[in-house]
Amino acid sequence: MLLVTTTLVLAACGGGSPSTLHTSGTSADKIANVWWLMFGLAVVVYVVVAAFIVVAFVRGRGRTTSGPASRISDNAFVWIGGLVVPAVILIVLGIVTVTTGRALRAPDRGALVVDVIGKDWWWKVQYPGRGITTANEIHLPVGQPVEVRLTSDNVVHSFWVPELAGKVDTIPGQVNVLRFTADRSGTYLGLCAEFCGLQHANMHFQVVAQSPGDFERWATQEARPTAEPTSEEQAQGELVFVRSSCAGCHTVRGTPAVGTRGPDLTHLASRRTIGAVTVENTPSNLSRWIANAGSAKPGVLMPPALLSAPDLAAVLAYLESRS
Amino acid sequence: MATITADAPGYDDDRLEEVWEDEPGIPGFLTTVDHKRIGVRYIVTSFIFFAVSGLMALVLRTQLATSNAGLISPTTYNELFTVHGTTMIFLFNTPVLAGFGNYFLPLMIGTRDMAFPRLNAFSYWIFLFAGIFFFTGFAIGHAPSGGWFAYTPLTDRAYSPGVNLDFWGLGVAFVGISTTVGAVNFIVTAIKLRAPGLSLNRLPVFVWSMLVFSFMVLFAVPAVTVAASLLEMDRLFHTSFFVPAHGGSALLYQHLFWFWGHPEVYILFIPALGMMSMIIAVFSRRPLSGYVWIVVSLIAIGFISFGVWIHHMFVTGLPLLATAFFSAASLVIALPSGVQYFAWIATMWRGVVQLKTPMLFALGFLLIFLLGGITGVMVSVLPFDYQVEDSYFIVSHLHYVLNGAVVFPIFAALYYWIPKMTGRLLSERLGHLSFWTMFIGFNVAFFPMSILGLLGMPRRVYTYPSGLGWDTLNFISTVGGFMFAFGVLLTFVNILVSHRRGRPAGPDPWGADSLEWATSSPPPDYNFAAIPIVASRHPLWDQRPLPVAASGPDAATAALGPEGAERRTTPFTTGLRAEPESTMTIPGETAFPFVLALGIAVLVGALLVTTALGALVGVVILGVGVLRWAWRTGEH
Ligand code: HEC
Ligand SMILES: [Cu+2]
Repeated sequence: MLLVTTTLVLAACGGGSPSTLHTSGTSADKIANVWWLMFGLAVVVYVVVAAFIVVAFVRGRGRTTSGPASRISDNAFVWIGGLVVPAVILIVLGIVTVTTGRALRAPDRGALVVDVIGKDWWWKVQYPGRGITTANEIHLPVGQPVEVRLTSDNVVHSFWVPELAGKVDTIPGQVNVLRFTADRSGTYLGLCAEFCGLQHANMHFQVVAQSPGDFERWATQEARPTAEPTSEEQAQGELVFVRSSCAGCHTVRGTPAVGTRGPDLTHLASRRTIGAVTVENTPSNLSRWIANAGSAKPGVLMPPALLSAPDLAAVLAYLESRS
Repeated sequence: MATITADAPGYDDDRLEEVWEDEPGIPGFLTTVDHKRIGVRYIVTSFIFFAVSGLMALVLRTQLATSNAGLISPTTYNELFTVHGTTMIFLFNTPVLAGFGNYFLPLMIGTRDMAFPRLNAFSYWIFLFAGIFFFTGFAIGHAPSGGWFAYTPLTDRAYSPGVNLDFWGLGVAFVGISTTVGAVNFIVTAIKLRAPGLSLNRLPVFVWSMLVFSFMVLFAVPAVTVAASLLEMDRLFHTSFFVPAHGGSALLYQHLFWFWGHPEVYILFIPALGMMSMIIAVFSRRPLSGYVWIVVSLIAIGFISFGVWIHHMFVTGLPLLATAFFSAASLVIALPSGVQYFAWIATMWRGVVQLKTPMLFALGFLLIFLLGGITGVMVSVLPFDYQVEDSYFIVSHLHYVLNGAVVFPIFAALYYWIPKMTGRLLSERLGHLSFWTMFIGFNVAFFPMSILGLLGMPRRVYTYPSGLGWDTLNFISTVGGFMFAFGVLLTFVNILVSHRRGRPAGPDPWGADSLEWATSSPPPDYNFAAIPIVASRHPLWDQRPLPVAASGPDAATAALGPEGAERRTTPFTTGLRAEPESTMTIPGETAFPFVLALGIAVLVGALLVTTALGALVGVVILGVGVLRWAWRTGEH
């Protein structure tokens, strides 16, 4: 009965979830198929075995002396029910494991390579050969296979976009690969799945799957160095940024700011969220973030800004115009 | 039914009590080696840890009841789930089973104590001190927060500064001593101290399960001890076993940890299965169907469980071929459980089922573990695991197994065996109420989690955003958690009340078949005045009245009768057939186990704060304990 409710609840609660069963990528599709096969088997097995238990118990309760010997011997019953039937089911699952496992790992020719590095507690994203470095937002062309190369230079994290593919850990000292193809455009939530410390809960990212044309436009823009400031205030903001501590941790390509401990901010304004999807990228959120990132994300590895109010406003104006 | 104590001819009960009695008060408390007192202590201590750790879980669940909640800080959340997991595994599940083993294994095999009574006392003191040590960190606000699995590099000094994590690392290595010596003791006791005629093929299934448990402990625990020790060397002495930046390997830690960690799950689970086999048979009033297959299954699980640890590492980028092998092994391990299910069903099928509280918990176990087993098969399937690994699906699965399939049998065991320990029955009405509250609460708490996992919720998050469809299910789960806790509370109340006011149980309230029911409730200090002679797998069903042995003139038979008990001895028998072989002396009260454990505790404490002087003091106390202990043994 519990298992039957699953289906209903899954259908009802799925709205808005990064659901493993409401898929938009080839890998996740394959895995969802495996799930539905197993789910079907599970319902049958559970119902049959539970029925045996309940019947055995009810029969046994109603009597005062031991029942007569059954038509099949206890041993045969144990062997068939406990060994033979499960073995058949397990063999089926074993075959599914191997075939699906291989399909998921098979490399594709012409895959788009994306390098992702798990950070505390955000994701550094690079497109090798295209001069793009960004954070917490991965753009992909729909229909093109992707090969995400995953590593870390700190602790272990795990890269997971439930709607598109299974997860793979980012482990310091090794590079793991995750392959999938997004087959519907949309924005998909990604999460860190391996406990990585204080802000493991706010280590999300977004995957934006878009038409190849949109993707190219995005990539071309993203590869450019940052634009020249277009106002007095922005120019002042850039000055403050590169002279203050910000530049020690952040890069803005085209300026002397080349820090690497925090996300690349060259095109910050084009991103939808800040702080690894902790808050939306709106002017008020950004201003609060710069003043004190820890208020939105306690324990964050970015110290509160020690800037005067006008300087802060200038930096904000500058960063907001980095599209 | 008459008890052996009353039946044994020609002995003086008062005289025996005098020989076996512990000193009253605190000295007796510190020096006892009676396996029953130690067993009760184990059970009580681990239930205290269970209660504390369970309350922590309620705090965690309250925080997760709503999205973006701020009841506790992320730091506190991470500390609480670390302490909760560590406590449940190391300080509740393992020791509570050791407690039941301690109390009942000697009784079930018809002997007067464990093979190494002092080691037994030592093992308890180590467990207690390790538990206190671990909780000291929590009490002084320095709880570890690296998860119960303490993965490196997160737990290296660079990412977890301070002593917090050392409470975990040192604590785990510390408590491992207790588990290991306990295992040696169980093995020797079960092999060498069985009553005459209690050949291996007549051994109660719980004793078999403790044997498998102990062998597994011996092979598995060294791995976690090594993992924790190397981690501590990295942390305290700046080695680099697990530091990738200096050429160490982060994955090596995971291999070591899970080489213990997976067998550990079965280590906990196998004695629970053993309890179930005994309880289901007794309340079906019928010998267990497929006894041999059940025993073979337990042993098979023991072996296979050492070949499945990689299934905790399916997403670490290991090659497909390797992971597929472990995936297959993880599927195969379902078979021995399947065999046991059908053996239990067959037992009830023709039996006369009595719905007493222990049986109710057993039925709850059957229905819960069925689901835990099925989800276990699911997560063994590589591709599916890629999705649900480290998600709430796993949290659900692991609680169906460790809470459902281990804690329910433990509660069945409480209701079944407490009357033997206290001499008083628990209330059936309160027992039924407790069961239903726990059973419903359990499913309401943990079933929604499996759906949450499928909906993409990762585990170990201190909060989650709204709008992801996770709110309702989390709220339901929290309600279930409180309900479950209330059910547990009812059993605690039941135990406390019946301890004073319960109906007298008599020696054998359930009409059971195994030897622990052949002596009075609670058993006398010496268990059996005269050792029973066993000629059946179900001595109390088939051999009425149960014959008892008399002491003979030679060493092989000297300890069998009441004269043996008078000299604090118990018979040694042969390993396979349990034929009398020689006589073992049971040592009297001694403070050395306590002193030795204290020395080790001081040493561990000194390592924590890295003071050489403290370590020296610890080593001296330890040395005195060991030397005096060894010296005294020479007297016998
Ligand atoms: C000590 C290093 C450090 C300094 C100094 C620092 N930051 Fe950061 N910053 C970080 C880190 C690390 C993050 C990522 C935090 C996270 O998401 O967990 C971050 C994130 C950000 C983000 C959000 C980026 C995104 O895409 O999510 C902005 C904007 C930002 N910093 C601006 C600034 C400004 C402006 C300053 C100077 C006032 C500054 N930072 C100073 C380390 C630093
Ligand atoms: Cu992470």
